[in-house]
Amino acid sequence: MELALSVILVLMILGALFAIHAKDLLSAVISCSIVGYGLVICFLLLRAPDLAIVQIVVETITLVIMVAVVLDSTRQEPFTKPDPHDYVAIATALLLIVSVFFLLKAATGSLDPFGEGSMRMAKHYIEGAADKTGSANLVTGVIFDFRGYDTLGEATVLVTAVLGALTILRIRGKK
Amino acid sequence: MVVYLLCFILFLVGLYGVVTRRNLVKIVISLSIMEFSVFLFLALIGYVHDGVVPIVDPANPDARYVDPLPQAMVLTAIVIGLATTAMLMSVIIRIYRKYKTLDIREIKNLRG
Repeated sequence: MELALSVILVLMILGALFAIHAKDLLSAVISCSIVGYGLVICFLLLRAPDLAIVQIVVETITLVIMVAVVLDSTRQEPFTKPDPHDYVAIATALLLIVSVFFLLKAATGSLDPFGEGSMRMAKHYIEGAADKTGSANLVTGVIFDFRGYDTLGEATVLVTAVLGALTILRIRGKK
Repeated sequence: MVVYLLCFILFLVGLYGVVTRRNLVKIVISLSIMEFSVFLFLALIGYVHDGVVPIVDPANPDARYVDPLPQAMVLTAIVIGLATTAMLMSVIIRIYRKYKTLDIREIKNLRG
């Protein structure tokens, strides 16, 4: 189980590295979806079929949007001459990565070991949830019943983002 | 623990992309990679060894379920991630129409 997840995660990391370094933007976009579809398999292994279904739909739509944008603008990554700014950016990035890595590694110490999570909250959600919410699917019960107001708030965020995208696409730029 | 570390490494790859790339599309790709790693991390936290899918089965009342709470949180976050990516992409396409480039260093009017 942990082995299978690790293998898929390594593949996802390789896909992400290729997406960041690819010369052609179209292949960068497509290798970004290696990460997305790898995530679907991880969700299936982690016993989360709802997430897998949503993720596969969302990833496909994202891929279509990104390919449309890339084909409508330019496919070429602008030729990058090695200029001093690049070295500064890479040095900053490496410094940031090393420090964040140590912080995250320290944070894992306070986590429960993988697969032995103590369900503090979820215990109450699971006990008799089917009778309380009327839904056999516990995830649906949590989203629409126990945490209905959270879902309402997130729906507001969703509507705002969609309205923003529509507004940006509709305005005429000033000359 | 190895899984958590690999998940962090995926996050850090995305961070590296955001800091070092010059192309706007690649910055959005790196952001969505970071997003994916956070979703995976939350799903990993909720996993329980030998757990079953959190769907109540009357034939098997003593089943040990996987934690449904992180899954519910990630479910809405995925959809919001799609909306924000679509919004970023529409910003990018406006910028390309106006400046004819995706290189952030050539878009001088956006400099602070």
